[in-house]
Amino acid sequence: MAETLLDIRDLKTWFKTDDGMVRAVDGVDLRIDRGETVGVVGESGCGKTVTARSVLKLIDMPPGRFENGQILWQGRDLIPLPAEEMDKIRAREIAIIFQEPMTSLNPVYTVGDQIGEVIRQHENLSKKQARDAAVEMLRLVNIPNPGKRVDDYPHQFSGGMRQRVMIAMAMSCKPKLLIADEPTTALDVTIQAQILELMQEMKERLGMSIMLITHAMGVVAETCQRVVVMYAGKVVEEASVEALFGNPRHPYTQGLIRSIPRVDRGAEQKQRLEAIPGTVPSLLQPPTGCRFAARCKYVMDVCTQAMPPLKEAAPGHFVRCVL
Amino acid sequence: MIPSLLGISVVLFTLLAMAPGDPFDELATNPAVPPEVRAALRLKFGLDDPVWMRYWHWLIALMHGDWGFSFVSRVDVSTLIMQRLPVTLVVIGASQVLAIAVALPVGVLAATRPYSLFDQIANTFAFIGFSLPTFFTGLVLILIFSIQLDWLPFVYRADIAATGWAFYWEHFKQSVMPVTVLGLFQGAALVRFVRSSVLDVIRLDYVTTARSKGIGERKVITRHVVRTALIPVVTLIALQMPIVFSGAVVTEQIFRVPGIGSLLISSMLANDTPVVMGVTFVSACLVVIFNLIADILYGWLDPRIAFR
Repeated sequence: MAETLLDIRDLKTWFKTDDGMVRAVDGVDLRIDRGETVGVVGESGCGKTVTARSVLKLIDMPPGRFENGQILWQGRDLIPLPAEEMDKIRAREIAIIFQEPMTSLNPVYTVGDQIGEVIRQHENLSKKQARDAAVEMLRLVNIPNPGKRVDDYPHQFSGGMRQRVMIAMAMSCKPKLLIADEPTTALDVTIQAQILELMQEMKERLGMSIMLITHAMGVVAETCQRVVVMYAGKVVEEASVEALFGNPRHPYTQGLIRSIPRVDRGAEQKQRLEAIPGTVPSLLQPPTGCRFAARCKYVMDVCTQAMPPLKEAAPGHFVRCVL
Repeated sequence: MIPSLLGISVVLFTLLAMAPGDPFDELATNPAVPPEVRAALRLKFGLDDPVWMRYWHWLIALMHGDWGFSFVSRVDVSTLIMQRLPVTLVVIGASQVLAIAVALPVGVLAATRPYSLFDQIANTFAFIGFSLPTFFTGLVLILIFSIQLDWLPFVYRADIAATGWAFYWEHFKQSVMPVTVLGLFQGAALVRFVRSSVLDVIRLDYVTTARSKGIGERKVITRHVVRTALIPVVTLIALQMPIVFSGAVVTEQIFRVPGIGSLLISSMLANDTPVVMGVTFVSACLVVIFNLIADILYGWLDPRIAFR
């Protein structure tokens, strides 16, 4: 069995607001092994991003707080870790890239400065060496003319190029895990494919794991080995990519997969693309039973009475549904 | 810069020409001066020429370095201004340095701990600070430190006899109150501005990126937040310069600082138009220069503003 890098156990990240406690992440279990790519999918507001940011403790506290759970990084719980210890893990062991490449880089420093800053923080290098390393990283992510571009400012790069810079920055300390929080959502389709390809290439080169957060099922099918489906702050299904797409067990996952547009079932068959009716329940007062019950077409009395547990329906295939 | 200064000088000159009273009012009421002498004097100084002609003469003379001649003290305007300007520049400069030195750390600390006790105390003092006018706080300080405690002199003297360290010590002692009053007044408004500017930046995505680099919260704030947050603060400081100058006029009056502010008031009361013109023009030049410095600072703080 592969070595477990990250093991999130019953994580609850809640936010205090004027209206009450928002249970953004409400008991999530998630495991990532060395060298694997795990997709985390779900619609907006299901807690994907908060889970990702919780791992690196990038949640503003207050208003956020860890209500419960453990985030075990190679066996060590990150939640009680002091800030200085956490800073040794950030970028060097776990790196993150974000959804918005346009705003994720500081406009007043050159990209070389920003990449060099990470390298200098974690490795004992001179300014000159850090700059050379930054050039090398830019070359690695296929930015043309890196020796010259290293002294450019973020506003001189396009969106796709900025995401490459972000990847270069994240990769510069050779982390064991890359958390990619919707890395392609803000980019156009051709660039999306290039960025995913680049991440794949980096992964193979460094032998790292990737936690890929996305709401695009197509992206998951292409890049991941295992998928975790989240709904309203909870994991509803977890399986290998093949099992999940071949035999989705949770009605929510089934709905997600049916909502993928397919070229082979096109306009001539006059088939309408399916959508899941309704919206995500409020995380202020989540329903007592299954959180998907209100939108589920197979809903039964038992669904609204108690939250179904996550059970192993087939080896390695977990689902939170009574069906 | 040159066109704006020319425009300012035209406006100033026209306003002063339209203002009631002229420097010979006093001579007019003096029975010892015969009317012929008065008329001859007016002719000599060109006081009955049309405004545009007088402006032209003033401008040409200014370009030759001649700022005119004070009717009252019978000294060149440039000499008068040069005597007073250094004192004002020291007081204004020191108060701005004080304002920034107080406002930056307090504003940044308050913004990084919003709604904390420190933030609330800082806010309260900031509100008190810019609600109280300088003439009030100035008088209160004089009452406490000069009259009650007798620690500091309340009249600013330009003719200190001491030499060496004693000389500087005396100067320091007499500058403390004017600089504090002016500096804290400016600083109070600046604290609020720095705080909101930092709060705007601290929520941006690239600050989260910076945190994810593991460089420590301190470097995140100093390198990634404060630098960008300073850009609008520079604008505010530059825009506040005229207010600082008018504040200096009041403060100099209270503490009897012999700067250009008190020169302006005394020459206005005496209808000494050339001096008024000279002083206001010098203040205008200083304000324009400070804005130029602000523009240069922008380019340094924000690479998105390119110089051509």
